[in-house]
Amino acid sequence: MMKDITMGQYYPEKSILHDLDPRMKIVLLFFYMILIFFVKTFYGFLFIAIITYLMIKGSHLPVRLFLKSLRPVLVIISFTLFLHAFFTKGGEVLLALGPVTVESAGLVTGLFMTLRLMILVITTSLLTLTTSPIALTDGIEYLLSPLKKVGVPAHELAMMMTISLRFIPILILESDKIMKAQLARGADFNRGNVVERARNMVPLIVPLFVSAFRRADELATAMEARGYRGGEGRTRLNILRLSPRDFHALTFVALVFVLVLATGL
Amino acid sequence: MLLQVKNLTHIYMPGSPYEHRALYNVNLEVHQGDFLGLIGRTGSGKTTLVQHLNGLLKPTQGTVLFKDRDLYGEQKVDWREIRQKIGLVFQYPEEQLFGETVFEDVAFGPRKLGLGEEMVQLRVKKALEMVNLDYNNFKGRSPFNLSRGEMRRVAMAGVLSMEPEILVMDEPSSGLDPRGRKMLLEQVKQFHRQSGITVIFVSHNMEEVALLANRLAVMEGGQIVLEGSPREVFTEAEKLISIGLGIPQVTRLMLELKNKGKQVKADIFSVEEARREIIKLFEEKQGDRS
Ligand SMILES: Nc1ncnc2c1ncn2[C@@H]1O[C@H](COP(=O)(O)OP(=O)(O)OP(=O)(O)O)[C@@H](O)[C@H]1O
Ligand SMILES: [Mg+2]
Repeated sequence: MMKDITMGQYYPEKSILHDLDPRMKIVLLFFYMILIFFVKTFYGFLFIAIITYLMIKGSHLPVRLFLKSLRPVLVIISFTLFLHAFFTKGGEVLLALGPVTVESAGLVTGLFMTLRLMILVITTSLLTLTTSPIALTDGIEYLLSPLKKVGVPAHELAMMMTISLRFIPILILESDKIMKAQLARGADFNRGNVVERARNMVPLIVPLFVSAFRRADELATAMEARGYRGGEGRTRLNILRLSPRDFHALTFVALVFVLVLATGL
Repeated sequence: MLLQVKNLTHIYMPGSPYEHRALYNVNLEVHQGDFLGLIGRTGSGKTTLVQHLNGLLKPTQGTVLFKDRDLYGEQKVDWREIRQKIGLVFQYPEEQLFGETVFEDVAFGPRKLGLGEEMVQLRVKKALEMVNLDYNNFKGRSPFNLSRGEMRRVAMAGVLSMEPEILVMDEPSSGLDPRGRKMLLEQVKQFHRQSGITVIFVSHNMEEVALLANRLAVMEGGQIVLEGSPREVFTEAEKLISIGLGIPQVTRLMLELKNKGKQVKADIFSVEEARREIIKLFEEKQGDRS
């Protein structure tokens, strides 16, 4: 019922992108995003689209996964296009309906903005689809750790993220199960007006909360029982190490970056 | 024929790396008044199978017939009606309680059927009695302050209050202590006898189903590998042991006695029967001597 959530879901596969160091992936994603906002011409977008496509190919994941990741942001994307098309002025008047006009500058900015958003979402899914949640939070913790000096609880933040990410699929499965159980007892989740629908959710929400609290409680006990006391003095089993391929990836993105800036694409 | 499962195959998450074939070409028949024991190890597909009986999962292939009506055919099915007639008690049903009081929780089903308040009360009372909970004592209590065994019985009452024609119970006794388990089995046996309701009882414990069921279906790796009366099924002791299920201890004892050349019946599932059989054996021996 709720299995169609791709964003933020790890998709195991054998590929160079899966093997990259998570820290490198996060940093490169960051720079790639900045780069996208430097691109200002159609050729530039064509170039970036090709590069993005190559990276998708490099991940060995089916393209449809990335298209699916666009679905939740479709509304925002179309809204952006719509706003720019009608409210950004300049250039030729392409369409005039009384006082309302669509001008070429607006259409172009709108299109560029939509393309940017789409590439942004796709590259972000590229990160989350090829990186396991554990590796991802590990990477974030490393990258945030310099901020510990100014009092940012990097380890605790990362641990919270790991746990929440770990719990999402569990809670999805759990709500699926409870929903089925209540359906078996005659519940109906898609009938009636808004108020009725909200009321119909009670048999789903209450057991879900009860179990979520119970799970959280059990997890806390289990962690304490194993001597967990926060990040202080904690060592790790898998130490992240940069390998040559991480530097190859870095070089690749750097080249793309320089190429775009140098040619003014 | 009350219920018929035909060539049922179910694949979880097809087309993803997590794709998993949980059922493969399953055929099963359930007759009016049957007490069918569905046994299998953990992960053998029992839950997946029973969730196809009332439309909670859709088959990848094959279908289910209920009173000769094709549940997954061309014609649209009113699932609420089917779910009332085929009551399904989930594995760990106590985790689905939500009512403020036991009464409210059990009344959920009957209210959804659109019954009047008087009728609802009657149904709740009857259902609680069926699971041996005192109506006056329990109706006002919060379901969250009960023992696990009591919670489970409340959840069962929640399904029984819809007065289903078939009661499907998914591992109703797992996680209960031996006494709670025994009490629950007694109750199930009792209301099966009294109301003649058809029961499908899922379990991975041979001992308990052997005593209750008149038919057994053994699952392994998403398929039904053995089917028949307990007598027939237990003659395949080796096969059962090889799939990690085993046979009831008393049955095993009797089988071994028989293999040693003693004149005993081997198709015995309860200690009481075994006791009688062994005493008979000794008496015969003494008779021979004198
Ligand atoms: N939602 C799901 N998604 C993917 N695979 C699943 C899902 N539910 C069950 N499975 C898999 O299908 C197989 C059969 O599961 P099922 O729950 O039917 O087993 P079971 O016989 O009821 O086991 P148990 O005795 O533990 O309840 C298992 O291997 C399980 O891992
Ligand atoms: Mg199960």
